[in-house]
Amino acid sequence: MAAYILRRLWQMVPTIFGVVLLVFFLFKYFGGDPAEILGGLNATPEQIAAIRQQLGLDQPVWVQLGIYLKSIVTFDWGKSWATNEAVSNLFASRLPATLTVMLPILILDVLLALPIAMWVAYRRGSLADRSLMVITTVALSISFLVYIIVGQYLFGFQLGWFPVQGWSDNFWTNLITYVPLPVLLAVMVGLAPQTRLYRSFFLDELGHDYVRTARAKGLTENTVMFRHVLRNAMIPILTNIGLSLPGVFVGSFLIEVFFSIPGLGREILLAVNRSDYPVIQAIAVYLAVLTMVINLIVDVMFKLVDPRVVLK
Amino acid sequence: MSAASLNPAATAAPVEKSEGVWHAAWRRFKADRVGLVSALIVLAFLLLVLLASLGLVAKNWQAEVGVANAPPTFIGPKPAEATGAIEAPKGPNVDLSAVDPLAPRYAEIEEAAKKYRTTDTAKAETLPLGGDRLGRDVLDKAIKGTQISVFVGVLAAVLATLIGTVLGALAGFFGGKVGDFLEWLYNVFEAIPGILLIFAFAAVFGRGIGTVVLILGLAGWTGLYRQVRAEFMKHGGREYVRAAEAIGASAWSRMFKHILPNISHVILVRMSLLVVGFIKSEVILSYLGLGVGVEDVSWGTMLAEAQSELILGHWWQLAAATLFMAVFVTAFSLMADAVRDALDPKLRGLE
Repeated sequence: MAAYILRRLWQMVPTIFGVVLLVFFLFKYFGGDPAEILGGLNATPEQIAAIRQQLGLDQPVWVQLGIYLKSIVTFDWGKSWATNEAVSNLFASRLPATLTVMLPILILDVLLALPIAMWVAYRRGSLADRSLMVITTVALSISFLVYIIVGQYLFGFQLGWFPVQGWSDNFWTNLITYVPLPVLLAVMVGLAPQTRLYRSFFLDELGHDYVRTARAKGLTENTVMFRHVLRNAMIPILTNIGLSLPGVFVGSFLIEVFFSIPGLGREILLAVNRSDYPVIQAIAVYLAVLTMVINLIVDVMFKLVDPRVVLK
Repeated sequence: MSAASLNPAATAAPVEKSEGVWHAAWRRFKADRVGLVSALIVLAFLLLVLLASLGLVAKNWQAEVGVANAPPTFIGPKPAEATGAIEAPKGPNVDLSAVDPLAPRYAEIEEAAKKYRTTDTAKAETLPLGGDRLGRDVLDKAIKGTQISVFVGVLAAVLATLIGTVLGALAGFFGGKVGDFLEWLYNVFEAIPGILLIFAFAAVFGRGIGTVVLILGLAGWTGLYRQVRAEFMKHGGREYVRAAEAIGASAWSRMFKHILPNISHVILVRMSLLVVGFIKSEVILSYLGLGVGVEDVSWGTMLAEAQSELILGHWWQLAAATLFMAVFVTAFSLMADAVRDALDPKLRGLE
């Protein structure tokens, strides 16, 4: 097990290096000139030259790449070029807001989708099953934007149940006042694909021989469904949750932009628009590492949950 | 009784040709009523796209044909607002000709004005599906938006499919160094979160229809690559490929003439899923101002305008864009499901 984990960690190095190269050269050669963006419209050529020198943009490319690599190895991300805020501070202040919104969404999605999916899979082909499939197909075809626009208008503006947008410094105020509306809308959107996916997992399990055996020896339907099918279906479901975890740490930039939530997703959009290299590069590496570590944890958890799994 | 009647296939019919995969798929597809209806709807949309690109419909979508925010016809015109002419002021100082320095030239000015012809354009009070804040016909905009959004979605899916298929074929067929390199590339693209990749490409390439196609295609090929690679690995060792190798078929011919037709149904299904995803992404990109340019209209730019209109109670642009998109995407997804069921009956009804 330890050897496996070590090997997987070692395999991450070339991938991270690739991410670094891709992000670096993409913005270096194609992106906007940060000096011009920072200097503003009225900057003189001398001022722009001074900014370039200050940021190290006049150095040869390999020196810049070296500085970037050094910052990754030493975990010293430097400061945002646009706001002069330390990048580590930026993470520390934006991540809690993102998690405050994303974790309730994830938990509610799973808790709602699981029983619905299990129920319709059990009654496959029934009216409930077929109407659910139609509803989810239609729900999936409407853009998330429409849900947000209509939701803000209806629940926030017309009915006044929730504030249209906003954020505070207090965790509980956020959770009780500002989070419910975005969470409600995101769950409405996320529930349809989640339910369809889980339903297919349950159907897959229901077709196996062990289900017939369990029924043949006279177990009650409850026992078959909850003791046997549910447990086996949990394997793909947990994988799926594991795969969606990196997204929880990125946050939904749409939600954050629309509801003025100071989270990481909005920060990515801002940083890209400002060509704020230190922030973009830090976020890219942070997310790449996070994605790979979570994938590794999911694989290891599999081994712990299901002894049949062989780690290669 | 002869042997022929016992075993008619042996003598009577020489060799019964077995049904081809496409033929069988079409037979199954025809039996799927939901799939057929959605395919017809998709075809109707494609016809609309074709007509719009030929300039036969919605050509003048930018013309301001109605009054600002003209309501849909079935609602009826806006109630006239109290904008009656201001009453002429009365009082001692009304006649300005005593102080107005232009007063002596009033007649001259009137004379000059007569030389120019002014026309009053009658603007429609109502439009079939209403008008936007400039008085442009929402129906025309929705049709033109359909053209752009569907075009972008399909073209981006084609691009992603091309990239994914070629790279997947190379990785799956050759393996070794090539495979390792492509796996590394795949891991890199997978490790960067989608939105960062899309934003980065968007910031780099600027905006425009071609750009959106490029962005979505470049960021969206990984899933297809993975599947094509797996299929090529599976098929690479099969007898028919080995036989082709034995009679001297080149690697190129084995990859694209022998294996590719055998896995084309997998690619087709995957591609139709990509179209739906890309149309949704285009809408969001355009909404954020990273998508199609300002001189174009797509479902995304319509939604962007609709947000501020909704607060004023002008809901029709939002409704039109949502309806067009919902009908198309629903029909397309149902058609994709039917195509998948027809091509791969094992999967029927699973998802």
